[in-house]
Amino acid sequence: MGRVEGKVAFVTGAARGQGRSHALRLAQEGADIIAIDLTGQIDSVPYAMSQPSDLEETVRQIEALDRRIVATKADVRDFDQVKAAVDDGVAQLGRLDIVSANAGIFSFGSLADLEEQVFRDMIDVNLTGVWHAAKAAIPHIRAGGRGGSIVLTSSTAGLEGMENIGHYVAAKHGVVGLMRTLAIELAPDMIRVNSVHPTSVNTDMIQNSATYALFAPDLPEAERTKETLGARFGALNKLPIPWVEPVDISNAVLWLASDEARYVTGVTLPVDAGEQL
Amino acid sequence: MGRVEGKVAFITGAARGQGRSHAIRLAQEGADIIAVDLLEAIPGAPYAAATQEDLDETVRQVEALDRRIVASKADVRDYEGLKKALDDGVAELGRLDIVSANAGISTQMAPTDELTEDMWQNMIDTNLTGVWHTAKAAIPHLKAGGRGGAIILTSSEAGIKGYANIAHYVSAKHGVVGLMRTLAIELAPDMIRVNSIHPTQVDTDMIMNEATYRLFAPNLENPTREDFAPASQATNTLPIPWVEAVDISNAVLFLASDEARYVTGVPLPVDAGCFLK
Ligand SMILES: NC(=O)c1ccc[n+]([C@@H]2O[C@H](COP(=O)([O-])OP(=O)(O)OC[C@H]3O[C@@H](n4cnc5c(N)ncnc54)[C@H](O)[C@@H]3O)[C@@H](O)[C@H]2O)c1
Ligand SMILES: NC(=O)c1ccc[n+]([C@@H]2O[C@H](COP(=O)([O-])OP(=O)(O)OC[C@H]3O[C@@H](n4cnc5c(N)ncnc54)[C@H](O)[C@@H]3O)[C@@H](O)[C@H]2O)c1
Repeated sequence: MGRVEGKVAFVTGAARGQGRSHALRLAQEGADIIAIDLTGQIDSVPYAMSQPSDLEETVRQIEALDRRIVATKADVRDFDQVKAAVDDGVAQLGRLDIVSANAGIFSFGSLADLEEQVFRDMIDVNLTGVWHAAKAAIPHIRAGGRGGSIVLTSSTAGLEGMENIGHYVAAKHGVVGLMRTLAIELAPDMIRVNSVHPTSVNTDMIQNSATYALFAPDLPEAERTKETLGARFGALNKLPIPWVEPVDISNAVLWLASDEARYVTGVTLPVDAGEQL
Repeated sequence: MGRVEGKVAFITGAARGQGRSHAIRLAQEGADIIAVDLLEAIPGAPYAAATQEDLDETVRQVEALDRRIVASKADVRDYEGLKKALDDGVAELGRLDIVSANAGISTQMAPTDELTEDMWQNMIDTNLTGVWHTAKAAIPHLKAGGRGGAIILTSSEAGIKGYANIAHYVSAKHGVVGLMRTLAIELAPDMIRVNSIHPTQVDTDMIMNEATYRLFAPNLENPTREDFAPASQATNTLPIPWVEAVDISNAVLFLASDEARYVTGVPLPVDAGCFLK
């Protein structure tokens, strides 16, 4: 018997990276999946975002586990798109129990110099997009009358300031405020709300030349390899590792989503190799 | 395959309550157990002491799961005695991977300026120094294994919030957080992770007694568990009066398992949203 057997989980940003991993891990433990992703580019994002073929691959992997998945191209910045996708998913899969608000973007620049659009895109996706995911899901979870679990993906940048990513830090701190307030508002319905705070995760969001340049501006481009950057990322952590894998975040999401955490709510859970220390 | 299959866990205060529950939950997932408990009256504690029969019952339940257990009487305040109990356990079971520093007491309450030297000292000796002793005795064995490990310190909601009339308990439990954060830094190079758990009220003998009922329902002459329930629930955000021991065990299990292999330095509330209030 899986740890989330028979439940339905809504995962945003599920085309690749952590979102795909969350969908897979939850499906391995018995959940059906409602997946959305932009599968397209946002101009202010300095690395390639996901593509429709990525979301198709997520679908293939979930179906290979004999679980059902309803996957839709939708933008978390647009509430109507998110709501339509969730409504359709619930209509097909019959219920909603778990939400992973994971979709997010990364970009850089000092707060003194950031362009308006770069700042706005960040807040729109990484904060407003998280609210949209919760807002679209809440009526369905409530309607089930069985409680539920909402997990918001923040970051270690949701718990501390970091230079050159002030807009990301602001959005991810905002997610903590959203989490704490949702946890209070939804407690009477036994709907739990928590946030996860990863250190660097081994995904396309950091494994790209733009992010490498941010972490190793002193190195010539030819020397910015996964190995040299591993040492830079690793210096942030207390455990002697460069980054964590998507499945490590998925295991935290799974625990928070499962009945093993039935009385855990309002919690900021770092999965950060001791970065916060 | 259990989630801590083949590992050995050391648990203090394992005769009853949360400690027994941790032993059983870890054994269900494949661990062998080294258990210690004081089995003596606690001066000033308004509840009955754990007994040899209690510890025997823990042994019986772990053995019924076909796991091995080495149980002995030891006092966490006495480093030499505690070390011997653990050394004997490791000699018999062959290794050490997980530590649950769970033993603790709750005693008379008083405004801080009226706490007696004895009330203060006994509390700090057990709930703080006892936790340090537990970690100190275990570290050489964890390091010797060369496979990393997980240390879980039982703090309390009182480890992250102040409460009137129990400054000794609050101070000891906050101290546990400092110990946790420092141990996490010191042991990270050996991939030994250290985290703390912060329960709200747990349904055990420590609180299910007249003294606690009175604390929560001071206006009643003979308050009962039923009178305590609504007052206890008022401290939580989720509409439940208290959590069960197994809810803490499920958090211990998550932190002990490889699913949390990169989680360290984290104070994890299992508190029904008590922190939000
Ligand atoms: N990778 C890291 O180091 C790291 C660290 C901490 C937190 N995070 C957070 O983890 C989450 C997942 O990131 P990842 O590492 O898997 O990166 P990723 O780029 O591989 O995945 C993010 C996914 O979100 C999707 N997405 C972006 N904007 C969207 C929108 N407007 N609508 C719908 N989908 C959208 C992308 O298309 C992509 O598929 C993000 O919230 C990120 O901020 C990442
Ligand atoms: N019950 C709650 O509401 C609650 C809430 C938050 C935290 N806690 C903490 O949880 C832990 C477990 O408590 P519980 O609720 O299971 O209570 P409990 O009284 O049922 O169990 C505590 C056990 O620790 C043992 N112990 C006490 N002093 C010892 C010593 N010096 N050496 C060895 N063993 C000793 C006791 O004999 C007993 O078996 C404690 O650290 C407690 O402070 C309890």
